[in-house]
Amino acid sequence: MLIEELFMTSVRGIIANKLRSFLTMLGIIIGVASVITMLALGEGAKLKVSNSIKQLGTNLLFISPGISRRGPIRMSNVQTLTFEDAEAIKSEIPYVDNIAPENSRNYQIKYFNKNTNAPVYGTIPSYEYVRNFKTIDGRFINDNDLKTMKRVCIIGQTVKNELFGEAFSPIGQEIKIKGITFEIIGLLEEKGQSNFGDNDNIIIVPLTTFQKRLAGVSHIQNISVKIISENLMSEAEKLIEELLRKRHKIKQGAENDFTIRNQAEFLETMNEITKTFTYLLAGVATVSLIVGGIGIMNIMLVSVTERTREIGIRKAIGATKKNILFQFLLESIIVSVTGGILGIALGYGFSFLASKLTEFDTYITIDSILISFLFSVSIGLFFGIYPANKAAKLSPIEALRYE
Amino acid sequence: MEIVKLENICKKYYLDEIEIEVLKNINLSINQGEFVAIMGPSGSGKTTLMSILGCLDSPTSGNYYLENQNVSHLTDNELAKIRNKKIGFVFQTFNLLSKSNALENVKLPLIYGRVKNKNELAEQALNIVGLSDRKKHKPAELSGGQRQRVAIARAIVTTPSIIMADEPTGNLDSKTGLEIMNIFCELHKKGVTIILVTHEQDIAKYAKRKIYLKDGLIISDERVN
Ligand SMILES: Nc1ncnc2c1ncn2[C@@H]1O[C@H](COP(=O)(O)OP(=O)(O)OP(=O)(O)O)[C@@H](O)[C@H]1O
Ligand SMILES: [Mg+2]
Repeated sequence: MLIEELFMTSVRGIIANKLRSFLTMLGIIIGVASVITMLALGEGAKLKVSNSIKQLGTNLLFISPGISRRGPIRMSNVQTLTFEDAEAIKSEIPYVDNIAPENSRNYQIKYFNKNTNAPVYGTIPSYEYVRNFKTIDGRFINDNDLKTMKRVCIIGQTVKNELFGEAFSPIGQEIKIKGITFEIIGLLEEKGQSNFGDNDNIIIVPLTTFQKRLAGVSHIQNISVKIISENLMSEAEKLIEELLRKRHKIKQGAENDFTIRNQAEFLETMNEITKTFTYLLAGVATVSLIVGGIGIMNIMLVSVTERTREIGIRKAIGATKKNILFQFLLESIIVSVTGGILGIALGYGFSFLASKLTEFDTYITIDSILISFLFSVSIGLFFGIYPANKAAKLSPIEALRYE
Repeated sequence: MEIVKLENICKKYYLDEIEIEVLKNINLSINQGEFVAIMGPSGSGKTTLMSILGCLDSPTSGNYYLENQNVSHLTDNELAKIRNKKIGFVFQTFNLLSKSNALENVKLPLIYGRVKNKNELAEQALNIVGLSDRKKHKPAELSGGQRQRVAIARAIVTTPSIIMADEPTGNLDSKTGLEIMNIFCELHKKGVTIILVTHEQDIAKYAKRKIYLKDGLIISDERVN
């Protein structure tokens, strides 16, 4: 009963000063809304990274020529990797499921008067399986295409849309890559965006065709190796390293002339980056919550002074210190919690906007809602305790004498 | 029965190291059912004495027995309980909560006292002071006399041992003041103990005992029949 009455008193006090209460809440509202939005963005980025990596599969190893000194910079003129290296890995390493060597380059693509730019990949039939592609129309390249250096290609959805529009089957059509005519024999299923760019802006041709007819090279730029199980990755990596060192005749103590990277490592780094990003954003949001809390404290102190006489009256007729403390504490908690709830609603709005305006999807987790709710309760408690205590400590006669 | 007993009560204030002795060795005994007026010039210490009697303040030295319990050295919490249960205050400036209506104001002591059937008791109290038809009015929507009647209803709602009134008619015109005094007389007839501070003889004549204060000392104490 007492609690109920004190609660009503606090609510009435807040409603009586609508504008002031709202302005006080604003700090908390903005703080909570930004916490929610930041965490939603962070979560969205995290999901996107892990999705694009899972799309490729986590049991992939990538071998590229040259030394990678941590980071994405690769020397493209290094030509130490060959098709025979790839074949040797497949036949000599036990845990290898399959391999797919590739070579790629950006070329101008033409279809009558339409043209576009796309990376062209020269590879072998196993590429479809190793890299998780799916041919939904026509077929993928086969061994015969490879043997006869056929001028055939498989295109991704983006290329198709650029050149042919939405509703038109491109199979059997002829396009020009670097001025050479190729027949389209297959269409790939849509893969979507990832951090590596547009996965659908791609053209696949037989490796031999690419090496002889397009680029005029004999080396390999990348070998994708699919390992039979994720927990054999490091073992396989070690064996491949040994094999390639032997094949490339690298002396003991000398550095590798190739680099092996694996998906799990990559996933970890990306997670690390998004985590730091999330914490940073959450930190910024926390600062704004604290600023909001100071706003509450400020207004509560004013309110205590303004209501000194009321406090005196209440004490004269029997309110204890605890009663007064509770009344004012309740008021600051109600303000901060109301602000918190409005902030969560606004956070939903912001997240929705953010997902529309950026290329990130946003995900609001239950955790982030709970965290911001608890945070606003504690802000109300923490910043309300000092003013409430000040009110509770007032002596009744002095409070009654206050003009 | 002796309801109030003051033994050598002193009250001193300190202002920048200067000692002001507002009450000097007050000895006083008041019985159950008495109607006492405390009079004296301005600054003589009447309000200070009332604060001590009303347990709003503690004496610097001396002992105060309220219903035979020594309350001179109780904690804040214990004093709050005593104020709530045993004492009803009526102030010169009414001291109602401006945002609450008459009924809510009268209910307030019952809420802090965790009393049941608050509404019933509060309505009864408003009935006694003749304000049953103004329950929903806020203080700003009442006349001065009506406000003071709400304050009296709030003072009597807990059926306290003593009603303390510090110049309850000070802010009212004389006619309204007399109406208020009639309410006190009615309460007195029902056996309520009343201690009243006033400047005016017209008001004091309602009381059955007059105590004169001067410079913190009781200079006379007379009973009227
Ligand atoms: N908190 C205080 N600090 C210092 N001096 C005080 C304090 N309260 C009261 N006094 C002094 O005590 C003396 C008595 O004050 P009190 O209010 O009891 O007088 P009073 O008899 O009620 O006067 P009035 O008839 O004008 O209301 C005054 O001289 C006043 O200045
Ligand atoms: Mg006075």
